[in-house]
Amino acid sequence: MSTESSYYVPEQSKLPIITAAGMGLIAYGAATWVLGGTNMIFLVGMLIMAAVMYKWWSTVIDENMRGLASHQLKHSYVLGMLWFIFSEVMFFAAFFGALFYVRVIVNSWLGGEAAFGMFDNTPTDAAVANNALLWPGYETQWPVMVTPDQAANGAAAQFSGPEQSMSFPGWDRLLQWLPLWNTLVLLTSSFTVHIAHTGLKNHDRKKFVTWLGITVALGVIFLILQAEEYIEAYQHMGLTLESGIYGTTFFMLTGFHGAHVTLGTVMLLIAFLRSLKGHFTHDDQFGFEAAAWYWHFVDVVWVGLFIFVYVLA
Amino acid sequence: MAHGPAKGIGRWLFTTNHKDIGTLYLWFSFAMFLLGGFFAMVIRAELFQPGMQLVKPEFFNQMTTMHGLVMVFGAIMPAFVGLANWMIPMMIGAPDMALPRMNNLSFWILPFAFAILTSTLFMDGGGPNFGWTFYAPLSTTYAPDSVNYFIFAMHIMGASSIMGSINIIATVMNMRAPGMTYMKMPLFVWTWVITAFLLVAVMPVLAGAVTMMLMDINFGTSFFNAAGGGDPVLFQHVFWFFGHPEVYIIILPAFGVVSQIIPTFSRKPLFGYSSMVYATAAIAFLSFIVWAHHMFTVGMPIAGELYFMYATMLIAVPTGVKVFNWITTMYKGSLTFETPMLFSIAFVILFTFGGFTGLMLSIAAADMQYHDTYFVVAHFHYVMVAGAVFSGTAAIYYWLPKWCGKMYNETMGQVQFWVAFVGFNIAFMPQHFLGLAGMPRRYADYGLQFADWNMVSSVGAFIYGGAQLMLLFNVVMTIRNGKPVSDPKVWEGAEGLEWTVPTPAPYHTFATPPTVK
Repeated sequence: MSTESSYYVPEQSKLPIITAAGMGLIAYGAATWVLGGTNMIFLVGMLIMAAVMYKWWSTVIDENMRGLASHQLKHSYVLGMLWFIFSEVMFFAAFFGALFYVRVIVNSWLGGEAAFGMFDNTPTDAAVANNALLWPGYETQWPVMVTPDQAANGAAAQFSGPEQSMSFPGWDRLLQWLPLWNTLVLLTSSFTVHIAHTGLKNHDRKKFVTWLGITVALGVIFLILQAEEYIEAYQHMGLTLESGIYGTTFFMLTGFHGAHVTLGTVMLLIAFLRSLKGHFTHDDQFGFEAAAWYWHFVDVVWVGLFIFVYVLA
Repeated sequence: MAHGPAKGIGRWLFTTNHKDIGTLYLWFSFAMFLLGGFFAMVIRAELFQPGMQLVKPEFFNQMTTMHGLVMVFGAIMPAFVGLANWMIPMMIGAPDMALPRMNNLSFWILPFAFAILTSTLFMDGGGPNFGWTFYAPLSTTYAPDSVNYFIFAMHIMGASSIMGSINIIATVMNMRAPGMTYMKMPLFVWTWVITAFLLVAVMPVLAGAVTMMLMDINFGTSFFNAAGGGDPVLFQHVFWFFGHPEVYIIILPAFGVVSQIIPTFSRKPLFGYSSMVYATAAIAFLSFIVWAHHMFTVGMPIAGELYFMYATMLIAVPTGVKVFNWITTMYKGSLTFETPMLFSIAFVILFTFGGFTGLMLSIAAADMQYHDTYFVVAHFHYVMVAGAVFSGTAAIYYWLPKWCGKMYNETMGQVQFWVAFVGFNIAFMPQHFLGLAGMPRRYADYGLQFADWNMVSSVGAFIYGGAQLMLLFNVVMTIRNGKPVSDPKVWEGAEGLEWTVPTPAPYHTFATPPTVK
């Protein structure tokens, strides 16, 4: 509830409409680009967005430095960030939901089995007919190494499964399993960013800057490992975006997660650069905290990925 | 910030003022309403008689698709966001929205998004032709190239909705005047904050759905392709997980508007305020767990059909609470029937009617017959048009004097109401009969046995379309020549903070928050 007598309402601003124009160009340009047309519209849109976002955040930081941001306004920013993260959670929920639906229900039906075998293992007539008439020879399996298309049509299939999956390779090859290292790196980074936070709150600037820098480095290491994993998948495992539903869910989930890690790393990097300039104090640190919350969010998503995409496969 | 609006076009392009942005939203949505209405007129003109007269079937498909998309995302949703922008800060005693620049961004994305969407009609292969629900594989394997423009337009539209909603939530949580506790907030504010929550929760799911489409179309993934191990039905699940809350996103603010207007013209406080709040929250919760009732004929296991049927029927309980409260508010009130009240009463009656046909559709066994017929079309136009659009129209008549300090012409308002009411029912009541007799929706042509009611329906649709031009005329005439009003309390029975500020509402209100007792 409002307790202060003045809430800073900014003057007129050219930033929003330029941002909207940038987004419009990106949308139009991206569609043109995927249709095989020029990518220039898209790139111009991206440039506009990059410039305008730099300017917008600079403005907000500057307003904060000038003391225009009241306690109440800062709370608006906090709410904005938290609800933004909630919307991101729901975005991932759509893709996790797709993964669960495909694994539990679709995959069983395609193979002519009952989707839920808890009380009754008898498949529905539809599932049996589905398998017998449409995809004869397909057997329920996860990861889907042989697609229904391949099972039914052999070499003429349009959709082929991967040669190798990203699943747990067995205890003897545990240490070569990249996802495990990725998990360790990302979980560690959640701790380091927390240590940085405690440093800031306890007026220990050196601790803050050091551990924040370490966190950024861990983020970059994660992304390098992720890129290495993708190269491995494409070059040696025959696992691509096009290798059936396994490749689809694997790359879309880990890909969007990777994109969010990239964004989180950039946010932390900006917080790091600002911390070098002496921004943030023990009681005024929203820019850093927002990045840290976001970082914890991508970390939690990774734990979900690790369990449902890599381990339980 | 003690000054008035900036001069010239820059006022509208660069504004951070919630009233300016509310006005922009309202005019934009009205323009989209006329565009979507034009598409509807094309549809009804073609269906006036059996056989193909005016357009080709391919173009007819584009019209049904674009009519739905433009009305849902371009007309109704932005109209209520416009009302939220105007009214929420004034109702809770806030100086503006919590994040004013982002507020402007939320609006200005929309013209770009709809320019892209509308431009698809002029592209090679035509615009989206797969229905507003864009089911795969119609929208993937068999879609025109322009589907890519549609996808990215939906993306930025979704970004606009999410930012707008976050702004509303932050405003309501953080900007209430001292003493304005949650359970003192006007019901319009309550319904909107719950709506905003729904939007933040489901617009990202829509983004996920169109992203999966994009990947399937262009990058060889197999989300919606059984050959690769996916499933076209997956699309329907993801879409309706967004789509069902979406219809409550459209109707909940309408509930809020009606809950403001009926007490004013009954000269009684709203009956059962707290039960209204809980009912709204209950409807919002239920909206997340009923989505597959749109998919009864898709081949779900019987357990799924039964679950979604009973869960759907549960929604009738909180909705019934609402209808009961509106009627009880009027009971023994000193009723007067100005235009906003007429639209609100019509809302209660016709929305309830649409609710009952919804209950019929929720019966899985019966839905096998109703599914994808004109009965469904009639049902959702009773809740979308007589529900959302009637309440939006009521809101415009109700708050217009506060906004511009001029009173509309009551006679003209009432004439418009009766034309709209009669036209609406002539247009959509016969569609129930058509649907029950088996006429499928979205077809450009029909069997001769459907000819009579289709002709009646088309006549009603043209009358209803004319009523919207009358609304435009009334609003413009009010702003230009309306009788000035200066009483802060424009309506005798109106209660709330928005009626304590001068009329017309000054550019900035509540720079210092009022104290609410």
